[in-house]
Amino acid sequence: MHIAHFIPLFPFLAFVIDILIGRRLKIASAYIATGACVLSFIFSLKVYQDFSCGAGSYDLGTWLVIAGKPLNFGIIIDPLSIMMLLIVSFIGTFILIYSIGYMHDDPRFSRYFAYISLFMSSMLGLVLADNFILLLIFWEGVGLCSYLLIAFWHERPAAAAAGLKAFVTTRIGDTGFLIGILLLFFTCGTFHFTDLKSVTGPEPLLTIAAILIFMGAMGKSAQFPLHVWLPDAMEGPTAVSALIHAATMVAAGVYLVARCFPLFVAHPIALQTVAVIGGISALMAASMATVNNDIKRVLAYSTISQLGLMMLGLGLGSVSAGTFHLMTHAFFKALLFLCAGSVIHSVGIQDIQKMGGLFSKMKITGTTFCIGTLALAGVPPFAGFWSKDEILLTAWQNHHPVFLILALLTSLLTAFYMARLIFLVLFGTARSQMHPHESPMSMTIPLMVLSIFAFGAGFWGAPIKEGFIEGESHGAGMIMTISTLVSLTGLLTAYLIYVRRITLLPLSVLNSLQGLKTLLINKYYIDEIYDRVLIQPCLRLCRASFDFDSNIVDGLVNAMAFVTQYCSGVIRRSQTGLIQNYLLIQVFGVVLLLIWLLKL
Amino acid sequence: MIPLLSFIIFLPLAGVLLILITPSHLPKCIRYTATLVTGIVFLLSIYLLINFDTGQSAMQFVEHKPWLVGWNIWYFLGVDGLSLALIFLTSLLGFLACLASWKIEERVKEYFIFYLLLMTGMLGTFLALDLVLFYIFWEVVLIPMYFLIGIWGGPRREYAAVKFFLYTLAGSVLMLIGILSLYFLSQPHTFNILELISRGVDPRWQMILFFAFFVAFAVKVPAFPFHTWLPDAHVEAPTPVSVLLAGVLLKMGGYGIFRICLPMFKIAAVNLAPALAVLAVVNIVYGACVAMAQTDFKKMVAYSSVSHMGFVLLGAAALNATGFNGAILEMFNHGIITGGLFLLVGVVYDRAHTREFSQFGGLSKPMPFYAFCLTFLSLASLGLPGLSGFVGEFMSLAGAFSFYPGLVALSAVGLIVTVGYFLLMIQRVLLGTVNPNCSNLPDMNPLELITIVPLILITLAAGFYPQAVLHYQQTAVEGMVRLFCGGIS
Repeated sequence: MHIAHFIPLFPFLAFVIDILIGRRLKIASAYIATGACVLSFIFSLKVYQDFSCGAGSYDLGTWLVIAGKPLNFGIIIDPLSIMMLLIVSFIGTFILIYSIGYMHDDPRFSRYFAYISLFMSSMLGLVLADNFILLLIFWEGVGLCSYLLIAFWHERPAAAAAGLKAFVTTRIGDTGFLIGILLLFFTCGTFHFTDLKSVTGPEPLLTIAAILIFMGAMGKSAQFPLHVWLPDAMEGPTAVSALIHAATMVAAGVYLVARCFPLFVAHPIALQTVAVIGGISALMAASMATVNNDIKRVLAYSTISQLGLMMLGLGLGSVSAGTFHLMTHAFFKALLFLCAGSVIHSVGIQDIQKMGGLFSKMKITGTTFCIGTLALAGVPPFAGFWSKDEILLTAWQNHHPVFLILALLTSLLTAFYMARLIFLVLFGTARSQMHPHESPMSMTIPLMVLSIFAFGAGFWGAPIKEGFIEGESHGAGMIMTISTLVSLTGLLTAYLIYVRRITLLPLSVLNSLQGLKTLLINKYYIDEIYDRVLIQPCLRLCRASFDFDSNIVDGLVNAMAFVTQYCSGVIRRSQTGLIQNYLLIQVFGVVLLLIWLLKL
Repeated sequence: MIPLLSFIIFLPLAGVLLILITPSHLPKCIRYTATLVTGIVFLLSIYLLINFDTGQSAMQFVEHKPWLVGWNIWYFLGVDGLSLALIFLTSLLGFLACLASWKIEERVKEYFIFYLLLMTGMLGTFLALDLVLFYIFWEVVLIPMYFLIGIWGGPRREYAAVKFFLYTLAGSVLMLIGILSLYFLSQPHTFNILELISRGVDPRWQMILFFAFFVAFAVKVPAFPFHTWLPDAHVEAPTPVSVLLAGVLLKMGGYGIFRICLPMFKIAAVNLAPALAVLAVVNIVYGACVAMAQTDFKKMVAYSSVSHMGFVLLGAAALNATGFNGAILEMFNHGIITGGLFLLVGVVYDRAHTREFSQFGGLSKPMPFYAFCLTFLSLASLGLPGLSGFVGEFMSLAGAFSFYPGLVALSAVGLIVTVGYFLLMIQRVLLGTVNPNCSNLPDMNPLELITIVPLILITLAAGFYPQAVLHYQQTAVEGMVRLFCGGIS
């Protein structure tokens, strides 16, 4: 066994312990979960250290035999999986520490840590899986944990409904994913990632397979048009939103595309699909974030938007850009969610219009919140700047002006909504009765650690060098300047509107923008459209099938029984029980027989 | 050698005799006897499992004795990879449902007599290798089932029992004609299933005989449009009987298809496979849609069975090793998972005396163990990868994919509906605010936990390491695939 095999096992053991006897362990259940996570991190570091011997796939044995080919389960060790291992276990550790404070008086405290441990185990397994089927198992595993944790406070009907929505929406993507896997297997006979470099097959089957596989990524990474579940998923505890719905699980879609990148590169249409979907999601979600008033939902839309940017980077042909942004985003978005959690924990509301002036009461949370914001807004030298720059540069160098403008617009909006968020939450004056206080140490320490990374993670450069563009290449300086200017413009606009309360545009223009605002507040009416076009017709179809079943199919059965009964009822009347009748019929019969016999 | 298979089949019958001489005012004594008998049967099936030689493709533990010599009817029993899993399933569910039957309070003596009689019929059906013997066991199942539903059932029990009886009987009459035709077509005349397979059936007759047998099996599976007896029977049947109905009786149909229809009428099977695949997808999608529209907990699970058994048909229609493996595995898994779900429906029905979703809500607060078990088995049933339901469905889909990619895609879409109705059920029953009607329902008691926990463990184990189940059926599947020379193409 390779030492990496143990990495997902620690959190799994923690899950088993916590789910079985967690209630009796009380606070110790959290220590077990955290300890397991730390062990996973240490082992991941060890794997990173030993990596010099090179990438490889380590088999565990045959799981199934499909169409005569053994399906071996194993793990894959390469820069991509090691990067993911480190991110997941590192951020996971700090979010678990944070959760100890955040969940301390929840009645289902140990249950929470059991679920999180199961999630960690599945997520670490997901990034280690060396074939599609094993990945799918963990893929659904993290989906399940996401469902359980979104609906964690299931007494609230909204939480229960959000869990259902998340599961079903991602399942729609996963159905495409499953068909894509099967299509790939039956065109080129492999489930293994390492074989993807050399697959060939008849067109357009492989392109279709790649797009179907991307459907899975769209569901998991909440890309348009399957993005609707992520904002609702904010019903879950905030630490969960940070871990699952910002830093790790939703990035699994990006990871999947990066993992199957040879397949996408070989089929340009599939790659373009990735770029287009990513671009649309990035801009659309950013626009929705600008009007939302829920502190967590703004961040959720921001996550969709940033995942869209990562997809865009991949779709433009650069694994390096996509994964680099994945890494930096994991740090600063986890940080931002944890800051939001700290704020909610302190004031107990989520509506940013009712907050204000929290900076002076919550110094640590406030400062780290600002660092996260600057990182996300892409202000140099914070982490987000470097990775976003890589995406912009890729668009520029590959001559995709449309995508470049799209990405720049997205970063303008990003800087704007994030500045709006912190100005409304942290600065100005309080707009409702609140009793803010700084959160306990278990919550603020993770904030401080993560903010160091949100600041500095960009200096390492991209962890994956595949398609990496060096800084001094053509146009790099110009792109950096433009991107910085765009970010600063966004920040400044928000400052003028929300702090100085200056009306930037003439009233007539503002009024004409009212329609756009309504559209944005209503999330482009996508939920309503889905309800009308998909959900209600589907439910009607189901009810119609049931009516058909009970009236037509079963009706025929009952009709047959009825006809039989009726006919026998008619025939029964011939059995009168009167001798005279029987004799009469006998005489008739004899006469008929005679006529026939004598041929009369 | 000890006639192990005869022991397994007739031990319940011996139990019937024991219970007959037990006075009916000692219900405890009767319960213990029945439980002891089913427990021994279960242990014997484990013994069978351990001593089964997985490397051998021939029938094992064969008992072959002349019975009605003039008609060349033999008492012929044997077990292979196909029947082994089903024997284990039958004896396990038979034992667990027997524990669940302790709740039956009225006419205990008659109940357990019929119950054990049912066990004999089911076990015999899976082990008989002579068509006459097979037919007798097949019909023996009907009678106790008729009484179990008709006497201990719900308010519409008589309607449901008569419907069940007549429907299956109508199907099996066709099978009887088929059996007689096979006998007179063969030279020299024989009822021996294995011999009929190896000799092959006259191609001119294959199509019509395939239909004669298939209708009988399709009613049991149940395949659309012969499925409407199932929801009625399930809703009215008492919980343990529902468990056996879903867990074992439906598998008799699938078993018949694999034991008789496919190998005996190869040419017809190859020609009809596309039609069978279409029927399978109709089952999957239509069953899921109708299940989605249910407001009755038990009826929803019943229709989910219709949907899941579609995967058995789909795997059969693939006519290759992956599909067959998937179908047989799906039969086993469905028995375990849906058997468990029916037990859980029973648990909540015993407490709340209703099965309407609108009467529940927030049950996970008063009944946390129950919530765990129900969520777990629902996830297994909706095909969550990692649990056993997924493996069978995946293999059926993978087996059929190269021949019917469109149909496979359609059934995968059906799986979305499956996710929908199971999660909606969880939301209505377990989550949300606690319904005042069920705020103080007691959680599952130890007896109920004993009946459900083994099923959960098997679901987990078979999902984690499916080879554990698959390697028993390997040689049987290989033998069958050899008949079809590796598929349709």
